Amino acid sequence: MNSLQVPPLNAPPLQAPPLSAGQATPDSRALRLVRILLPSVVLMVGIAAWELVVRLYDIPPYVLPGPSAVFRTLVGDWPVLSQSLLTTLLTTLEGFAAAALGGIGLALLFNQSKWLEYSLFPYAVILQVTPVIAIAPLLLIYLPQQTAVIVCAWIVGFFPVLSNTTLGLNSVDRNLAGLFRLYGASRLQTLLYLKLPAALPFILGGLRIAGGLSLIGAVVAEIAAGSAGAGSGLAYRIAESGYRLNIPRMFAALLLLSAAGIVIYGLLALTSHLVLRRWHESALGKEN
Amino acid sequence: MAEPAALSEMEVGAAGLAVSLRGVTKVYDSGVSALGPFDLDVRKGEFVSLLGPSGCGKSTALRLIAGLNAPTSGTVLVSRPTPPVSGGHSIGFVFQEPTLMPWTSVRENVRLPLKLAHVPAAQADVRIDEALAQMGLAEFAGAYPRELSGGMKMRVSLARALVTDPDILLMDEPFAALDEITRFRLNNDLLALWRDLRKTVIFVTHSVFESVYLSQRVVVMTSRPGRFGTEIRVDVPEPRGEEFRTSADYAGYCRTVSNALVPSYAGQPGS
Repeated sequence: MNSLQVPPLNAPPLQAPPLSAGQATPDSRALRLVRILLPSVVLMVGIAAWELVVRLYDIPPYVLPGPSAVFRTLVGDWPVLSQSLLTTLLTTLEGFAAAALGGIGLALLFNQSKWLEYSLFPYAVILQVTPVIAIAPLLLIYLPQQTAVIVCAWIVGFFPVLSNTTLGLNSVDRNLAGLFRLYGASRLQTLLYLKLPAALPFILGGLRIAGGLSLIGAVVAEIAAGSAGAGSGLAYRIAESGYRLNIPRMFAALLLLSAAGIVIYGLLALTSHLVLRRWHESALGKEN
Repeated sequence: MAEPAALSEMEVGAAGLAVSLRGVTKVYDSGVSALGPFDLDVRKGEFVSLLGPSGCGKSTALRLIAGLNAPTSGTVLVSRPTPPVSGGHSIGFVFQEPTLMPWTSVRENVRLPLKLAHVPAAQADVRIDEALAQMGLAEFAGAYPRELSGGMKMRVSLARALVTDPDILLMDEPFAALDEITRFRLNNDLLALWRDLRKTVIFVTHSVFESVYLSQRVVVMTSRPGRFGTEIRVDVPEPRGEEFRTSADYAGYCRTVSNALVPSYAGQPGS
């Protein structure tokens, strides 16, 4: 039985690599460097040009603050801004968690019962296509402010999770599903060992979209709410600073919002990569 | 033949039969009549190939035996061990594709049937090791399917089918997508396995050469809807090896089977 000789997995390939393969590694490394370097240069040039224009034309900070002024405000107003950042992040996180749980949970329910899917899915679509900025004022009337903000974040975030998870649960290999039936798998076993793992790449893709959308939902609700106080988020700071013509603080808050969005996306992309790297095509290196 | 013989499962077992199909037909929802009426008896420990043109319902017949689909009419009887072994499953199925779970290791893929049957982990581990060793996969237990070649993936698929120690092994063109050298090796390994374990094997293929090389009996099916055409017994002393592949006997059987296959292709364009 063991007479055939199987080369070990990590053995070098038998045939000679194509000629270009030798240069591919340094090439791709240089390319990666360029892809980081180029946008950085663009950023530097942009900031320098911005500062230059502001100084040359002596533009007052309430019209357009230079990058240095924005940075000074960021540092100077840090106690206020960091508090707001924390509030917005917390809201986003709560909205995201609700979107993830709600989206995955609803998709699982739909997958178990067609009746439920047919009854409820159209409303999920309606909730998605109605602009959240139009719903927010209504929610603020009926719900306490903090809850309304989280609900807004949830409304925009849950649909991509729901639709992606549904797609994933329906993308199970038919023969594998047959195999589970052959071995008499229960519904729960099929769900846990087959459908959920098969849907995982789709779910993670949905979550990645939902992360950014939850932030948008939180911002929209905060702007609609427009109330002051200790629990005010970054979006409220932007609106408030606008009324007070404190333009540098508007820019500083905007900068923090962008940074928050980038970090959220990066964290979710990293999670997705770590979870899928051993088996899914999307997370594999090109040379594989 | 008109009336499906109603054999009980016990009668099937007592008659030394592993599988018995009587007047089995399958019409799919689309209205396509894929099979039959089809009759087939397979004795315990027999190696039978189902051979026929593509679309003749060979795979359908196999899926009906496995219980993956229900027949439109007729009876499908499969003998089951009494009493059933814990975690045992009387049928192992190998698909045309390896059909492995890409998200987990070779070991966990092979464990699947035992896990679904709630076999205790310690007991399962012993059987998994055995099945992996049988297929020469011991070193690859920790690998993921995508890290393996097509032939190795098929070995994992076979190990998974064997881990429940089934009485009947159903194989649906398992080696069709492999290169010839790999296919020959897997053919030899499968034959060695069959000699050791004497399981009932029903092997679907569209390769005349493969069917003659492997089986004791080749059942040639007609084109759609597939019926029992002819059968050819391959009476060659065991064990068969590479020398059989080049013998005059082998060539003769291949010619006979090819000729038997001609009517199945009659009226098909491009044949």
